[in-house]
Amino acid sequence: MAASSSSHASSEVVISVDDLKKAFGQNEVLKGITTNIHRGEVVCVIGPSGSGKSTFLRCLNLLEDPTSGKVVVDGIEVTDPDCDIDHVRADMGMVFQQFNLFPHLSVLDNCTVGQIMVRKHDKGDAEKRARTNLERVGLLDKEAAFPGQLSGGQQQRVAIARALSMEPKLMLFDEPTSALDPELVGDVLSVMRKLASEGMTMFVVTHEMAFAREVADRVIFMDGGYIVEEGHPDDVIGNPQHNRTKTFLQRVLNPTHVEPGAEDAAHAERHAGEEPHDGDGTIPPLGLSTNTRHGSGKG
Amino acid sequence: MSTTTQERTARPRLSPRKRAQRMRWAQYAVLIIVMAVAIYSANWSQIQSVFFRTDMIQETFTQGLPNAFKNTIIYTLGAFVLGLVWGTVLALMRLSSVAPYRWLASIYIEFFRGLPAIVVFIAFGLLPLAFPGLVIPFDPYGTVWIALGLVGAAYMAETIRAGIQAVPKGQVEAARSLGMPSAVATRKIVLPQAFRIITPPLTNELILLVKDSSLVYILGLSRTAFELTKYGRDIANTNANLTPLVIAGFCYLLITLPLSMVVRRMEARQKKER
Repeated sequence: MAASSSSHASSEVVISVDDLKKAFGQNEVLKGITTNIHRGEVVCVIGPSGSGKSTFLRCLNLLEDPTSGKVVVDGIEVTDPDCDIDHVRADMGMVFQQFNLFPHLSVLDNCTVGQIMVRKHDKGDAEKRARTNLERVGLLDKEAAFPGQLSGGQQQRVAIARALSMEPKLMLFDEPTSALDPELVGDVLSVMRKLASEGMTMFVVTHEMAFAREVADRVIFMDGGYIVEEGHPDDVIGNPQHNRTKTFLQRVLNPTHVEPGAEDAAHAERHAGEEPHDGDGTIPPLGLSTNTRHGSGKG
Repeated sequence: MSTTTQERTARPRLSPRKRAQRMRWAQYAVLIIVMAVAIYSANWSQIQSVFFRTDMIQETFTQGLPNAFKNTIIYTLGAFVLGLVWGTVLALMRLSSVAPYRWLASIYIEFFRGLPAIVVFIAFGLLPLAFPGLVIPFDPYGTVWIALGLVGAAYMAETIRAGIQAVPKGQVEAARSLGMPSAVATRKIVLPQAFRIITPPLTNELILLVKDSSLVYILGLSRTAFELTKYGRDIANTNANLTPLVIAGFCYLLITLPLSMVVRRMEARQKKER
C-alpha cells in the first residue's frame, strides 16, 4: 500500500495559505489556517462535519470570500481585491459534492462550454479536448447524453472531465463521493487515483479514509476551524498524535465500537455553543462514507 | 356507543357511500331538468338571428376578418417579445446587487401591475396630442407593442425572477469555478435553465396578452389596423347584430385554446421529469 503513493510532490508551492479566517456572521468557521500545497502533491483534508473543511476548500478559489488572511495561487494573491479571480479559477478545476453538472447541456457541451466561453477555444478544438477527458474518465460513449440520464457516479466522472477539459493546474475536490450510492463510489475514486498517479496537484476534502491513506501525500486533519494535525497519511491516520484525531478516526474507522464517554467529551468540546443534541451517548457516528449525507459539507 | 347502534337498527340509515351516490344522482337530475327547461323555453330562431345570422357571418368574413386576425397576432407577438426582453432586464435588475436598481425595478413592476392596462392605453392614445411631433416607429404597431409590452414586462419580470431564483446555487458556483464571469454564467447557464422552468407560466402571459390586445381600440386606429375585437364590434354596431362579435370571440379561442393545451402538456412533462 505504501508503494502506491508514489509521490509527485515537488518543492514548488502552488497554493500558499496564510492565517486564513472565515466567519459567517457571528459563526467563525475558519479560525486561522496556514499551510502550503506543492506542485504534484495530493492533499486530503479529513475531519468531522462542521470542522470547516469545505469552507477551507471553497476559500481557495474564492467561492467563499475569506474574512481575513492571504491565499496565493501560483504566485497570484487571490485575496487581493485587484486580482482577476476568473482567470485564476480557470486554472483550478473544481468538483462538487452535488456534481453540479449543467442539466440543459449534453455531456459533451458540459465539457466544452467553459473552454469556449473562458479559454476562447474554437468548438472543434474544445470538443477534441472534451473527448480526450471523457475517455480518461471512461465515459466517451456518453457524450451525447444529458446529465439527468446518468447515474450519480457517472455524473461525478463527467464533472471531473469537465474540470479537466479546462486543463487546470490543480484540482479541488469537495467531498466528491459523499452524495453517491456506496456501490458507485469506487468508480469515482479510481478516476481520482489515476489522476493522482499522473501527477495532478489535488486538494481533496473527503471521508474516504482508505483513499486518503493510499493516495494522499499529506493528510490534514481539521477540527473546530483549525488544522489540528497534518503529515504523512501513515502518521496522521495510522498513528495520530492528538486526542481529537484519535477520537475522530476511531469513530470513522470503527464506528460500532465507540466509547460513549470519549464521544460525548469530543462532541461537547466541538459543538460548544451549538444547538443541543440528545446527550445520552446515542449520537450516530459521523464521517462514515455511507452515513455522511445528513450532515457533511455545506450541501 | 350503544345508542348509535340502537339508532341504526331502529332507523336504517344509508351508508355514507350510498348517500353520496344518491346525491350525485340528484345533481344529475337537477342539471337535466334545468337544461330541459332552458332548451324548451328558449326562442331558438331569435337566438340564431342575433348570434349566428348566416349573412352576417358571411359579411364578417368578407370585410376583412383575416386582416383583423393577423393584426391581433402581430400586436400580441410584438408586445410579447418586447415584454420578454424588458421583463428579463427588470428581473435582473430586481436581483442586482446594486440597491437602486432593485428599487427602480420594484417601483416599475408595482406601478404597472397595479395600473389597469386600459389606463396605459389611454395615456398612449394621448401621447401624440401631448407631444406634437412625437413619432413612434412602425406606426400603428409600434405604439401597441410598447403600450402592451410595458404592461406585460411588469408581469413577466416577476415570473422570470422566480425562474432565475429556482436555478440551484450550485449551477452558478460550477460556472464561476470554470472561470466564467458573472454575466457569462447568467447568460449561458442560469437564464437557459430559468426559461425552461418558466415556459408554462410565460405561455400563460402570452394568452393574457392575446386578450389584452383587444384594448388597442382605445388608441383610435384606422380600419386596416383593427384587431379582432374592434373589427367585430364595428360590424356589430352598424348592423345591430351580435354575430360578428361571436365570430371574433371564436377567433380568440382559436388562438388561446391550442396555447393552453401546449401549456398543459409542458406542465405534465415537467412534472414527469421531476
